[in-house]
Amino acid sequence: MSNTVLLAVDGSDGSHRATAHAIARAKLGGSKILLTYVIEWSAYSFNTPEENAQRHKRREQEIERATTSVVGPAADRLRDAGIEVETVVQHGPPAETLIRLAKEHDVAQIVIGRRGESGIKSLIFGSVAGNLIQTSPVPVVVVP
Amino acid sequence: MKRVLMSLVALILFTLPATAGIDETINDITKPLASFIGSVVFVKIPLFGAQLPIVVLWLVIGAVFFTVYMGFINLRGFGHAIKLVRGDYADPNSSGEVSHFQALATAVSGTVGIGNIGGVAVAVTVGGAGATFWLIVAGLLGMSTKFVECTLGVKYRLENEDGSVSGGPMYYLDKGFNEIGKPGLGRFLGVFYAVGICIGALGIGNMFQSNQAYVQLNTVANGALDGLGWLVGLILAAVVFAVIIGGIKSIARVTEKVVPFMAVFYCVFAIIVILMNFPALPQAISNIFTGAFTGEGVAGGALGALIIGFQRAVFSNEAGIGSASIAHSAVKTSEPVTEGYVSLLEPFIDTIVICTITALVIGTSQVADPNFAGDATGVAMTSAAFERQFSWFPTPLAIAALLFAFSTMISWSYYGLKGWTYLFGEGEGSQMVYKVIFCVFVALGCMVQLGPILDISDALVFLICVPNILGLYFLAPIVKREMKKYQAKLDSGEIKSFRH
Repeated sequence: MSNTVLLAVDGSDGSHRATAHAIARAKLGGSKILLTYVIEWSAYSFNTPEENAQRHKRREQEIERATTSVVGPAADRLRDAGIEVETVVQHGPPAETLIRLAKEHDVAQIVIGRRGESGIKSLIFGSVAGNLIQTSPVPVVVVP
Repeated sequence: MKRVLMSLVALILFTLPATAGIDETINDITKPLASFIGSVVFVKIPLFGAQLPIVVLWLVIGAVFFTVYMGFINLRGFGHAIKLVRGDYADPNSSGEVSHFQALATAVSGTVGIGNIGGVAVAVTVGGAGATFWLIVAGLLGMSTKFVECTLGVKYRLENEDGSVSGGPMYYLDKGFNEIGKPGLGRFLGVFYAVGICIGALGIGNMFQSNQAYVQLNTVANGALDGLGWLVGLILAAVVFAVIIGGIKSIARVTEKVVPFMAVFYCVFAIIVILMNFPALPQAISNIFTGAFTGEGVAGGALGALIIGFQRAVFSNEAGIGSASIAHSAVKTSEPVTEGYVSLLEPFIDTIVICTITALVIGTSQVADPNFAGDATGVAMTSAAFERQFSWFPTPLAIAALLFAFSTMISWSYYGLKGWTYLFGEGEGSQMVYKVIFCVFVALGCMVQLGPILDISDALVFLICVPNILGLYFLAPIVKREMKKYQAKLDSGEIKSFRH
């Protein structure tokens, strides 16, 4: 197993705290960080023909936005702390995609922030962190 | 506020008698037009006592040819199509693009419309129970035609500068023929097709849909909407306007999400009704088979049943018309033929599953009570069949019909628009012109009776299959080559399933 930590970010407060935690963890263990942003997306949704025709363009825009507003700044923060960083921005179902990336990159641990959604919403849709904990093949650190 | 409302109601009531005549006036104008267009497109040849429209023969021969030429791809490719839709071959690293499932779902929501509920009833009324058999056969054959046209749709789509895509028969006719050294003919067929789909979209994908939605609403309201077609039409047109011109995506999004559930709801209840009519089922099935070959009580006998069945099947699943390839061409794949495989599920879902279920609901009701629907035809007849078992069913059915009609109209507004932009360019001003025309026809659809509308929309849709199928004959060798190349890659393991 490599000494890589997968840090999942989404621009929320929780993910800022997770970044801080990952920095501390990486410094201690001399780890590399795989910085990931999963844009929530399902291959099984129903769209209008117009949406489909525009999809390729939208996808590029979404990746661009995620990269410049979230992943870029987070990567800078990590590099400033002297940590080696690799970034991935990908569409897909969040928990499933994170697990696949964790396997592909043979990471030692996943670090994710807690969204803190409570009540009905998380009851119906579950939470990414919750799903990860249930299904991840590597240890998951959920940063509150 | 109250006063404003009161005066509004008063105003509407006051103007009612004056507007009640609108429907009739419009009907008077469209009837001769309908019979003229119909007589041109449906030139008939007498055959063993039946009248066979040449255009239906054109479609059938095409479908049979593609089935044989592609080595019964409709049966052979079924399993692989399911795997593709399930996403087995989708590379997760390129996710976020239009998936096979999404392209199929969009195309299906464009084809599953009132035709599946009302068109089948028309087929059974005119062509007898036997028409159902030929409807299913036509569905099976149509799968091969779809395979060819949707493969071509993806292969020859146009990737616009802004990153969006435009595809469909006009593009494959144009670019494909250019490739085989017949640019002039290709351009001509492309323009012919584009003109046809622009106008045809106003019929099958527009007036027929809004008309049947109105009829069903009126039935549920016990005739309270008699003479108010113009009002229902205006409201429908306003909602379509809000989506395609106002860009109010939320309406479209809600519809696209509700429609699949409605389709499942419809099928589940249809199966329940068939089960409740179970004692009549063996007789209903036997009627379908005997009617198919004897054509008892049908003008033109078995051949009459066959013609009606084929006509309705095409009207429902659009195989050979080429419209669906416009929707399918948005998929992101490096292998165009994969979308061909996926598209063959479309006539299967639309015609072989949904239409057959509807036919059995009507058929079993007819066996149990030959007079269950009275004089009703179209959606009203199907509705009556459900009502025999569930008295409350016409209301949800009306809602389903309305939503089916709506989603079909949204899809077709896009198909028509693509024909329009092929002709007049992607400029926003020109797109607006077509969108406004489309909305006007939504309103018109509710103002005329079913007869002339069905005739006009049938005629226009059948007309565009002429350039399309002609093109498919010329381009079929290209599709066959693609298919073989793809098969070889599958066999050699170059294309692998990502499913572990």
